[in-house]
Amino acid sequence: MVSIELKNISKSFGPVTANKDINIFAKGGEILGLLGENGAGKTTLMNVLSGLYRPDSGTISINNEEKTFDSPRDAISAGIGMVHQHFMLVPIFSVTENVILGNEETGFANFLKLSESERKVKEISEKYSLFVDPKEKIERLPVGSQQRVEIIKVLFRSAEVLIFDEPTAVLTPQEVAELFNIMNSLKATGKAIIFITHKLHEVLEVCDRISILRAGEIVGEADPKVASNKELANMMVGRPVNLSLERRSSKPGKILLDVKNLSVLSEKLDLAVSDISFDVKEGEIVGVAGVQGNGQTELVEALTGLRSSLSGKISYFGQMVPNMNPRKIHQIGVRHIPEDRQKSGIIGNFSVGENLILNNYYAAPYSKHLKMDWDVVSIESQKIIKNFDIRTPSNDTLAQNLSGGNQQKLVVGREMSSHVDFLIASQPTRGIDVGSIEYIHEQLIKSRNAGNGILLVSTELEEILALSDRIIVLFRGRIIKEFESNPAPEQIGLAMAGHSI
Amino acid sequence: MNMEVKSSYHQIKQTQLIGYILIALGIFSTFVFSVGVEGDAVFRLSRPRDPLALQNLVVPASPYNFFVSFVLTFLGIRLLIKRMSNYSSLYLGLGFFLLITCFLVWATAGKSFSLTGMLQATVVRATPIALAGLAGVLSERVAVINIGIEGMLLVGAFAGAVFGSIFGGLIGLIFAIFVGALFGLLLAVLVITYRVDQIIAGVAINILALGTTSFLTSHLLKSHPHLNDAPIFKPIKIPFISDLPVIGPTFFQHNFFVYGALILIIASTFYLFNTGIGLRLRAVGEHPKAADTLGVNVLKLRYLNVTLAGMVAGFGGAWFTIGSVGRFDEAMTGGRGFIGLAAMIFGRWHPVGALMAALVFGFADSLQQKLAILKTPIPSEFLAMAPYIATIVLVAGLIGRARAPNAIGKPYIKE
Ligand SMILES: Nc1ncnc2c1ncn2[C@@H]1O[C@H](COP(=O)(O)OP(=O)(O)OP(=O)(O)O)[C@@H](O)[C@H]1O
Ligand SMILES: [Mg+2]
Repeated sequence: MVSIELKNISKSFGPVTANKDINIFAKGGEILGLLGENGAGKTTLMNVLSGLYRPDSGTISINNEEKTFDSPRDAISAGIGMVHQHFMLVPIFSVTENVILGNEETGFANFLKLSESERKVKEISEKYSLFVDPKEKIERLPVGSQQRVEIIKVLFRSAEVLIFDEPTAVLTPQEVAELFNIMNSLKATGKAIIFITHKLHEVLEVCDRISILRAGEIVGEADPKVASNKELANMMVGRPVNLSLERRSSKPGKILLDVKNLSVLSEKLDLAVSDISFDVKEGEIVGVAGVQGNGQTELVEALTGLRSSLSGKISYFGQMVPNMNPRKIHQIGVRHIPEDRQKSGIIGNFSVGENLILNNYYAAPYSKHLKMDWDVVSIESQKIIKNFDIRTPSNDTLAQNLSGGNQQKLVVGREMSSHVDFLIASQPTRGIDVGSIEYIHEQLIKSRNAGNGILLVSTELEEILALSDRIIVLFRGRIIKEFESNPAPEQIGLAMAGHSI
Repeated sequence: MNMEVKSSYHQIKQTQLIGYILIALGIFSTFVFSVGVEGDAVFRLSRPRDPLALQNLVVPASPYNFFVSFVLTFLGIRLLIKRMSNYSSLYLGLGFFLLITCFLVWATAGKSFSLTGMLQATVVRATPIALAGLAGVLSERVAVINIGIEGMLLVGAFAGAVFGSIFGGLIGLIFAIFVGALFGLLLAVLVITYRVDQIIAGVAINILALGTTSFLTSHLLKSHPHLNDAPIFKPIKIPFISDLPVIGPTFFQHNFFVYGALILIIASTFYLFNTGIGLRLRAVGEHPKAADTLGVNVLKLRYLNVTLAGMVAGFGGAWFTIGSVGRFDEAMTGGRGFIGLAAMIFGRWHPVGALMAALVFGFADSLQQKLAILKTPIPSEFLAMAPYIATIVLVAGLIGRARAPNAIGKPYIKE
């Protein structure tokens, strides 16, 4: 069986040391969990292992043979495959095309043997129960299936070492359970798996060993048979973390957001949101649950003025919003944490400081008499960086160089730091570590208790259950079910799958 | 269920719009092309010497145009009544075709006009545009915007003329392709390795090409006219089929450039869409990072295709000199490179689409030229606009929004 060992790996980006003298190993027939705070260096380490980055020093050996990877191609031929934190799929290609890319089977004059490849993809998908239609276009697949395609990609290259970088961040509970089945069956066939996640119970559930990273260094190992959530969190963060939330029951007041018969078209002119009505009151968190792609995106875009609605009414604080622009909506006190941080939350090649004032750079105190006051920007952004624990070398660092979770914290910090009356939070804690989730959840509850309204859109069932006072479930653009108080997770799960009873 | 709602909503709007357009066209052609038109329009289909000569097509102008206007209006009303049709865009295409026949009949009324001659000229004039469009497709498919095609055409034309004059047509052509490749490579170095803004690099290439060729023309070619007197590629008649009436002269009596363009278009279609390397190329244009994680060499493939684009543009440029008039004149490509880019967009970044769009543009070009002979009351420049407007409407109606490769314009940085 395969065994790999990383010895004394170090990697820095300019002044930032992402990995320092790291030693880990993994064996076939075993799942290694990799835990660590945002920015601890997990993704960097795995990118080194998969040949995308070259380490500054250190060695990788496979079956006790030392290897150097000049490109991902070398890593692939050495049997290493990676499912990336941000999916690496070409949306307009079919499943098969994505799978074979870079390893195409060709015949005369380099012609693709597409039907042969399709058969192979089908074989793999059946062998490992990774069900997906080989001919379907990626852009038409739900996230869960896209994930399966990523796994098929790795298996197609007969990888012996599989790396999963936060694969569960975008999956529903059912899909996570499915993924774990797949991982276990891969393990049973003798493959080595490295699994990264921020959800501690997941690590405890599937891993055989756990390595913990902090600030670029390995700080210890843990045994999932004996370790607890709390111990893991403490090791990661280096201080005790409070994992359970305390909240008072809500005292709903006036209606803040009122949505009536709203219909919204998607990019492709589908009716993405069809005829939905609901409201959110003062001092209330309303959770919107649902499998990704059931209209959440379009709903939120319509509510924030990013997309015009087809019909229906939206009003905030009793004021109508007939195609009001995003700035207007922001000015009346509505804040928005967008679901896709990289697409609409940050500007990658702006600095952290600039990103932190994106939503009101034009107003005092940042802007005075046609001129920006960068000193104030710097002072204010330092505050947000400190409060939300954004791990960045400075506020002049480009946002795109932050780790995934820290980019997320940047967006959340920006939206929750200025005066808020109503918050629309889409996947606010996607990819964030336990320590920071604790803080963000506290902030959300605090904001609710202060009488603000919050619309929480999340595919994370636990988050919805932990925070919401009321829950609505979206299915194919409609509200398929509403829950007044805390229901059992299974009930919501059923509704999310389209069962209205 | 969502899908049905979507398609019906979209279709009703589209059907209605097309219905109104057709009615408007019908009314327009009634009053402009049908009322008060006298005589017959005579279309010559063959030359007298042709082996299989066809008789002239004689169309009574006013009755024909009244009839077609009626058909147009009828089709429009029919669409409005039906509210929804899967074939509405076909109606629109048909409508424009009918309108063009009306227009030709009106312009020719009482005179005679060589239809076959016009179709032949259409194909000839479409050739450089199609090649420019293909060059655009090749480089934009790997996400490199290529504004420099105009300049590459120009240097191709120049090299073809000069080297053609010295060494003969074939060597001239080879040099044209070679110089095109050099300019392609230059663009590649600028935008891929040095990450210069792609628009700026393209404009710089155009200015460089224009400046260099103009300078050399006035300082070298003027004083050495024998360097600007190249042989022209002779037409090759394809046996048998070139004797077919109308079709033969239109498609099968051209010189190597026309056939070469066709072969290149077909070959590139297979290259891009049916080969392993084509799959990688398109991935590099859509999602370079994904390609990179699978060990595909993003930068190398971009270099490859941008250089190929330069070669295709060099070939297209040579058409202007050794494929057509035999001598080089300053700025003789006259914006065909940019029209080629438009053809690429209308053709949805597909070689065959670019060819089709180029044919429409070529038709516009040759129509304008022939109409000057007929002396219609409308200024020929104005007439020349009509097909372009039609193209825009057709593209909007028939094809819908085109999507450029996703990573277009963005340099790829590894770490
Ligand atoms: N391309 C880069 N350029 C500069 N710095 C980088 C780059 N990639 C990562 N970093 C820095 O390296 C450190 C580690 O980042 P990495 O992405 O490995 O974290 P992570 O453990 O995967 O975090 P997360 O859980 O948030 O995904 C961070 O401080 C980050 O800012
Ligand atoms: Mg990461």
